[in-house]
Amino acid sequence: MSSGLYSLGKKEYDRTLDLTKVKPYGDTMNDGKMQLSFTLPIPCDAKALEAARELLSSMGFEDINITCSKDLGVGYTFFVAYASTTHTVDYTSIHVEEVEKEEMTMDEIDALIREKIGRKIVVVGACTGTDAHTVGIDAIMNMKGYAGHYGLERYQMIDAYNLGSQVMNEELLAKAIELKADAILISQVVTQKDVHISNLKNMVELMEAQWVRDNFILVCGGPRITHQLARELGYDAGFGSGSFAEDVAAFIVKEMIRQEKK
Amino acid sequence: MAHLNLDENTIASCRESAKKIADDVQEFVDKRATVSTERTILRLYGVDGVTHDGVPLPNVLVDEIKRNSALPLGAAYYVANACLNRNIIPQEVAEKVARGELDIIKMPRAPYDEIIGKANEMARPAMQRIKENRQTRERMLKELGEGQQPYLYVIVATGNIYEDVVQAQAAARQGADIIAVIRSTGQSLLDYVPYGATTEGFGGTFATQENFRIMRSALDDVSKELGRYIRLVNYASGLCMPEIAAMGALERLDVMLNDALYGILFRDINMQRTLVDQFFSRVINGFSGIIINTGEDNYLTTADAVEAAHTVLASDFINEQFALAAGIPPEQMGLGHAFEMDPDLTDGFLYEVAQAQMIRQIFPKAPIKYMPPTKYMTGNIFKGHIQDAMFNIAAIMTHQGIQLLGMLTEAIHTPFLQDRYLSIENAKYIFNNMKHLGDDIEFKNGGIIETRAKEVLNKSAALLKEMETKGLFKSLEDGIFADVKRSFTGGKGLDGVFVKDEKYINPFIPLMLGGENE
Repeated sequence: MSSGLYSLGKKEYDRTLDLTKVKPYGDTMNDGKMQLSFTLPIPCDAKALEAARELLSSMGFEDINITCSKDLGVGYTFFVAYASTTHTVDYTSIHVEEVEKEEMTMDEIDALIREKIGRKIVVVGACTGTDAHTVGIDAIMNMKGYAGHYGLERYQMIDAYNLGSQVMNEELLAKAIELKADAILISQVVTQKDVHISNLKNMVELMEAQWVRDNFILVCGGPRITHQLARELGYDAGFGSGSFAEDVAAFIVKEMIRQEKK
Repeated sequence: MAHLNLDENTIASCRESAKKIADDVQEFVDKRATVSTERTILRLYGVDGVTHDGVPLPNVLVDEIKRNSALPLGAAYYVANACLNRNIIPQEVAEKVARGELDIIKMPRAPYDEIIGKANEMARPAMQRIKENRQTRERMLKELGEGQQPYLYVIVATGNIYEDVVQAQAAARQGADIIAVIRSTGQSLLDYVPYGATTEGFGGTFATQENFRIMRSALDDVSKELGRYIRLVNYASGLCMPEIAAMGALERLDVMLNDALYGILFRDINMQRTLVDQFFSRVINGFSGIIINTGEDNYLTTADAVEAAHTVLASDFINEQFALAAGIPPEQMGLGHAFEMDPDLTDGFLYEVAQAQMIRQIFPKAPIKYMPPTKYMTGNIFKGHIQDAMFNIAAIMTHQGIQLLGMLTEAIHTPFLQDRYLSIENAKYIFNNMKHLGDDIEFKNGGIIETRAKEVLNKSAALLKEMETKGLFKSLEDGIFADVKRSFTGGKGLDGVFVKDEKYINPFIPLMLGGENE
């Protein structure tokens, strides 16, 4: 078994960081080391090990070390592997759209609303479609918030309406129109078979059909949501894991100011 | 076994308050029935199948009775009368009504005692089948044996029942004792049960009687192969709570999620509807020998696990009383709680152990259902795997009954085959390696753990006292559980609740509560 562990030859690579050719880092610059785990639908034997190795090799890995292989009970095999990738990424050419996060506190946001908008802003949120997971929308909206970050209900200058889970898009939009909301928040946690994509798209289509898309700041969030995805779907912003109420509130207020909505 | 010094009087006072709260609701429940309880009776009478446009026949019949404002006498009354009148069976009644060939409301009525006699007689085959299922389970448990507690409980959730079978059998071979087929998102809000084998669901697979049958049969095969009885779980919750309980009883499911309050709090189902439905569903589960699981763990996904710990205990006391009222013995009460505290909390593990040990002691015969961390699972699978290990340690130390295994990929996707393997390996390692830890330690008198348990118990007692005065309905309106407020007349499904006529018939409740198993 030659894992390359004691071989000096293979380690003779350029050890300077080149941002146009970035590689994963194990313990030496440009060693390309990655950890992988996956299951193949084949029985656990010597042939399976070779299959796993060939698969990784065809993906551009070398120094492949299958560190664990286990029978999963239905003639399938689970692998853990370490290997060096031959691929690189040009970091200098990457451009990503991100919500510009400027750390603001609840008090600062309330003050900004008072100063620039001059009235309470209305935010309506829900976990839509068949999705029943309120964890995300609750973390952003409920009084208590999440991890010490108070939710929108606690903001003096925000009227927050959390409609809960399994709310139909039609219902959410009707409520937003009724309450003359400034912003609509949609949370999507379940992403199996991309159900969140079709659901999020449907909301935009619904709003466009009623000629009201421009009346609202439209924001979505969830563990698998990125700002880029949100923009592609026609949302003003998207918030992924690690976002708090302040991030969402600050975005809404600044966007209202930018769009000169009062 | 390590023991916390808890005040027996406080525990007794909690039970007393919970009993009053439940009795108060039971009086309300006893006067009412719902469209779902009526469809359940029809299912137990053998009414099954769908019309050509996909409407389940139990719905066709109940909708027909409802359209004629005739529900107060109950579906059993009209169907028994129709069967007497035409000398046919309930399935034929349903088919004829669906085709518009029979008016069961306007047809002549047989004498009331004949209708009652017929309603009872028609209940026999289902009673017999369920009794046999119970005996089959008991026999298989005796012949094949079962895993040790804490039982390893895992979920499958592919959306396709045939794929679920592959995953479930693999999980059993990996060491799982209990398999839950997660339902498709949104099924709880359907006011009908889908029909037949299904292969398309989101985040889970539809609960249908055929899907139950397919999975039970697959698990029987693997049980025999492994020499260990594998239990099957589904969800008697949502708008069709008692119907699903009936389907589970007919197809020999072993465990049912069946919480008295969950649907109210987390699915915004009307409280009158759920409380009436839960009663019949629990009567069925009790009679079938099915272990119920309650859903207190969910409170901690919305409320804070430290601050709201006492609401979990209070709800366990209430669920216990509702279960007793429905004839469920303590051995079938999988009362719930969860390991959901913020992992950054100093001494958080001690508080978790306090909670787990306290619940274990207060409900000594119940197969306590312990739920894994979900709220603070982040997508960092490496940390997540350790969080799950901590959860497993707390469980083995405190002798939990049913361990719903945490997945390292919680918050990422529904479990992959390999995720389940890793989590079973995790649990087996810890349960074996620390097997007698709980028997070999003592909790320090007045230590952090004991002090915490006492505090939670005292707060529960105070909360239950308050609820005793307010009543359950008002308490739910005030948002006592899970920080969720629900109104008496709000939510879904209220239009399916009705007040029973004094001639209303549901033969199954007296038969099932009447000790037919003895």
